[in-house]
Amino acid sequence: MIELVGVKKRFGEQIVLDGVDFVVKEGETVALLGPSGTGKSVLLKHIIGLIHPDAGRIMVDGLDVNKLTRRELTALRTRIGYVFQNGALFDSMDVFENIRLGLTDESLYNDKAYCRERVLTCLRQVNLQPSVAEKYPAELSGGMRKRVGIARAIAGQPKYLLYDEPTSGLDPVNADIIDDLVKQLDNELGVTSVMVTHDVRGAFRVADRLALLSDGRIVLAGTQKEFLASDNEKVRAFLERDFENRPIPA
Amino acid sequence: MNLLLRPLRLVGRLILEGLAHLGRFSMMVLEMVRGLPEWRIWLPRTFTESYNIGVGSLLIVVVISGFAGAVTAFQAGYQWQSSLPIYVVGTLIVSTIVLELGPVLIGLVLSGRIGARYAAELGTMRVTEQIDALESLGRSPASHLIIPRVIAGFLMVPILTIVADLIAVGVGWWSVKQVLPMTDADFTYGAQIYWRPFDGYYSVIKAFFFGGAIALISCYMGFNTKQGAEGVGRSTTAAVVASSVTLLIINALLARILLN
Repeated sequence: MIELVGVKKRFGEQIVLDGVDFVVKEGETVALLGPSGTGKSVLLKHIIGLIHPDAGRIMVDGLDVNKLTRRELTALRTRIGYVFQNGALFDSMDVFENIRLGLTDESLYNDKAYCRERVLTCLRQVNLQPSVAEKYPAELSGGMRKRVGIARAIAGQPKYLLYDEPTSGLDPVNADIIDDLVKQLDNELGVTSVMVTHDVRGAFRVADRLALLSDGRIVLAGTQKEFLASDNEKVRAFLERDFENRPIPA
Repeated sequence: MNLLLRPLRLVGRLILEGLAHLGRFSMMVLEMVRGLPEWRIWLPRTFTESYNIGVGSLLIVVVISGFAGAVTAFQAGYQWQSSLPIYVVGTLIVSTIVLELGPVLIGLVLSGRIGARYAAELGTMRVTEQIDALESLGRSPASHLIIPRVIAGFLMVPILTIVADLIAVGVGWWSVKQVLPMTDADFTYGAQIYWRPFDGYYSVIKAFFFGGAIALISCYMGFNTKQGAEGVGRSTTAAVVASSVTLLIINALLARILLN
């Protein structure tokens, strides 16, 4: 379980998180919604200890992320897969090496046969051809880079998957493909996922629960029905903007 | 009152920024020390980095040291007076190149070439979240990125300086014969008569410190890059300027400490 309690963070004068309380239960997929620049990615980075809060607690599997030693934090990170917004693939390495780096167990990382098998499995799971393994990130399209980023995140067989805007910058068709992939992986791997997005439609397709972050706080966390039924001004404004010209998915 | 406070604020801010840099730099060095036991990770990457900066810089080192040797010889020829024994020109060329020109000139050139490369590489990795990605995978950026570059800097700058010294002396030897009535025997006699083995060590010691400074400062600048492409440009410029200035400071300090 992931639990954030009263998390506060400011960068200089700008208050980004102002007492965030947020819970993700085992096995569920939660979409963290919010307009651009509201601190969704910052919140996600707190969970994996890439950013430290000014106040509040972040608990993952009962461990307080900010009180962990370096070694404990490294061990925790091996249980979490993080999918970066633009893939964050290593330019100087081919796709095979990028995904191999996701193998967090050093003995497995040095086992060449296992690495090859695991990399090909991960590529298959994200619907990419084995031949992609030999390509460099610069040779991939935006959608393929996102999928390789997901393949790297699942290579170490994590318990949690954190997606940072997995569909941003993609056309609607590719965005749907990534959304389906997220859903498929959640079902196949049984992981607990948090997906940061500002794409409400995608979030409705993928997530079990939703949470809206605005002005540094979680305005509403609940099911799709609760969101649609909410008369909170910020929730309504956010939903209406996205569903303006499109039908709300069933 | 405001006019009085403004300079004070500026000084205060500069002091705070300086201390913040010092703190972050110390943290980076601490991370490097912590990463040293992970030699399986940094050792192969050190070979790659050493090859990249060593072989990659060879051509520019050869060209610059060659011209430096030639110019030193031509100027020695211009300043030489017939009242002095001609072999003194050999002494002058070798000492000038080995003690000062070789290491400093090559250091300054490499602070541009290696410094800009390291800062731009790491800066780009920072702003494209590649460094965050490494950390998220439970891997140490120090072992993967910084240690190999710093060790390569410490190793390769002295090697390139030795190459530069040899080429500059060789070209200087050939060049001085074009402008003065000097024989090979005159040159070798002059080169050897005041030669002390320490002069060679001094050249390499200087280059070792220059290499370390260039690599550490550039890695630090790149690693702490902020704000996209503009930030990468800023940290690349800062890396070259800071490593060049530091190199000149180290040069003066080493001359004071080791030559007196």
